[in-house]
Amino acid sequence: MKRDERVVAAALGVSILAALTLFVVYVRGGNPQAEGALLALALGGVGIGLLVWAKRLMPHIRDETQPRSKTAPATEADREAAVETMESGVEEIRRRRFLSRMLIGAAGALGLAALIPIRSLGRSPGDSLVHTKWTPGARLVTAEGTPVTESTLETGSFTTVFPEGFEGSADSQAVLIRVEPDQLQLPPDRIAGAPDGLVAYSKICTHAGCPLGLYLAATHELRCPCHQSTFDVLDGARPVYGPAPKPLPQLPIEIADDGSLRALGDFSDPVGPGFWEQA
Amino acid sequence: MIVRRLVDGVDERLDGTSFIRRNLGKVFPDHWSFMLGELALYSFVMLLLTGTFLSLFFVASPAETVYRGPYAPMQGSEVSLAYESVLRISFEVRAGLVMRQTHHWAALVFVASMTAHLVRVFFTGAFRKPRELSWIIGVTLLVAGIGGGFTGYSLPDDLLSGTGLRIIYSAVLSIPVVGTWLAYLFFGGEFPSAELIPRLFVMHILLIPALITGLLSAHLALVWHQTHTQFRPKGTPESSVTGTPVWPKFALKSVGLAFITFAVLAALGGLSQINPVWLYGPFVPYSAPSPAQPDFYAGWLEGILRLWPNWEFHVFGHTIGELFLPAVVIPGIIFTALALWPFIEARAKHDTAVHHDAQRPRDEPVRSGIGAAGIAFFVLLMLAGSNDVLAKYLQVEVDTLNGVLKVLLFVVPVLVYAITWWICRDLHARDSAPIAHPPRVEFRRNAEGGFDEHHDEARSRGDVAATQGDREQP
Ligand code: FES
Repeated sequence: MKRDERVVAAALGVSILAALTLFVVYVRGGNPQAEGALLALALGGVGIGLLVWAKRLMPHIRDETQPRSKTAPATEADREAAVETMESGVEEIRRRRFLSRMLIGAAGALGLAALIPIRSLGRSPGDSLVHTKWTPGARLVTAEGTPVTESTLETGSFTTVFPEGFEGSADSQAVLIRVEPDQLQLPPDRIAGAPDGLVAYSKICTHAGCPLGLYLAATHELRCPCHQSTFDVLDGARPVYGPAPKPLPQLPIEIADDGSLRALGDFSDPVGPGFWEQA
Repeated sequence: MIVRRLVDGVDERLDGTSFIRRNLGKVFPDHWSFMLGELALYSFVMLLLTGTFLSLFFVASPAETVYRGPYAPMQGSEVSLAYESVLRISFEVRAGLVMRQTHHWAALVFVASMTAHLVRVFFTGAFRKPRELSWIIGVTLLVAGIGGGFTGYSLPDDLLSGTGLRIIYSAVLSIPVVGTWLAYLFFGGEFPSAELIPRLFVMHILLIPALITGLLSAHLALVWHQTHTQFRPKGTPESSVTGTPVWPKFALKSVGLAFITFAVLAALGGLSQINPVWLYGPFVPYSAPSPAQPDFYAGWLEGILRLWPNWEFHVFGHTIGELFLPAVVIPGIIFTALALWPFIEARAKHDTAVHHDAQRPRDEPVRSGIGAAGIAFFVLLMLAGSNDVLAKYLQVEVDTLNGVLKVLLFVVPVLVYAITWWICRDLHARDSAPIAHPPRVEFRRNAEGGFDEHHDEARSRGDVAATQGDREQP
């Protein structure tokens, strides 16, 4: 056997062996690494075998030159005739003016009718983007449903809260942070909603809606893991860095007589990224 | 015998003249870069094969369940049926993990090789008339490939995929006038709705593969009919094509390449871990992984989002969300310009001729410059897409890095354009005017014992002419 022939035979041989071994491995319970490697050998053996065969064992055929197109190019007359045929057909239909208009009408109406099922794909947005599950008096609870009280948070720490009964709700998620009360610089109408340095903001980034993950206690900043928008907690969650265009809406809260925390109402603004209907 | 009957049978039905001979004898020009398109084709075949297997086990449902499978760290966690089925494919279905990882790798190779193929076609001018339609279909295939990748990567319902989906949802939401309706119709309601996973599934395993298969068939049929552009051998006319006949050598080589592609994908799938969703955990709407990195083909989109200024517009009591420009308009412009490039270039050059020759990048300095600048632009955007990781690695603040990147995004492409243009110009000039041979001077001894100079002008000029004529076509 010639050397090249031996190479092809060896490659195909490896392929056969690998495929058979793969069979055994599979029957005996499988192992991802072995499966991948054996499959690679089995496939690669065939690949290399074919390539070497084609390149080395097939007679070197001299490159051949062919015309790109086997059919004769259309003549000017051919084109004229084609246009003629098309146009005469259209003309034939157009001749019946009334009927052809009715036909267009029917096609249009059918097209409209075909659009109707699209409406079934989802409900109307209505004002659902403007409201969340927070209502006056709703108790603040954690994702597990444990009520959050006045004493849950140390200064400088934060937790994720939900309205009771809606744990895990995507649009109602909020961060509750405790800061030094005298450091807070909220507008006068908002300060009442942040008693004792406990301030709550929507947890949804106003950029593209990622949940904010990081609270940098030293600088009192909330940072988004997606594109690093950063919000100043003391200053009404104003965006201080990154692509987020507006502050995080604030959730007004109060400390109830039993020490639990309750919402005074919904967020100060629609949560999340901007949309058309927003003022 | 069988072959004879087959040939006769086909011949009688499809074409009076020998249909088979014509197509088997058709020649294909050979150049290593033609392999890139084939690579994309074969990774798509791998995607179909592994994808079919996966679809038999994947459960497209967001319904909650408690995980009780063999993966200990997840025991007892509340997860969706979709996520659970992905863990089942990974840990319980025999050969499931290999299939899943091979599928993911094949998706990356698919998009990467399409991109490389597009770059090759761009720089050699292979998109010019009469091949504009192939180019447009190709760009659409690239977009469909990215769509397929994105929907697939979102299906496992893990924490990382949930983040990507939320960003897309927000981008749709930001579209003026119809944004909220579009988002609600497409995503089945406010994010994350229960409809989402079943919908992504239908897109991922039906609509997008059907679209890709259709476009791919058209793309291949066009190549078959129109033939490749090529670097034409000396002495053949542009209306001809030179290469090896399809059967058997070319066919065998191509099938060989297919198997090598499959082999590499299988090796990656078995030996190289990708998208370990069990480490990311199931999707919960109130947490996000950090740092969050999308697959590479979405990196440049992520980069635009990260660098875009925080502009939100308010018009007539309405809001145009910040995301609208960077996530909808800019990518839209980029892909439209890319798809229309053949027409843009033809118009700029007043070129209405039909071309079958591949061009060398140096022969088109302006186009090559634009292409190189574009590549630089995308690379910078991809870097910006992982700015948090990069900043940590370089030990600088993300803000500083972003500032630098914003400047580079304008400066570097211009520089790259200028340099490329200049290099192409220079190479081109060297080709068309090879350094003239120094005049041949002969010294002859004269009768007095000294030397006379003899300038042989005619011969040295003759040399130059011969060199130009001989210039090899690559
Ligand atoms: S989603 Fe928060 S910065 Fe983009």
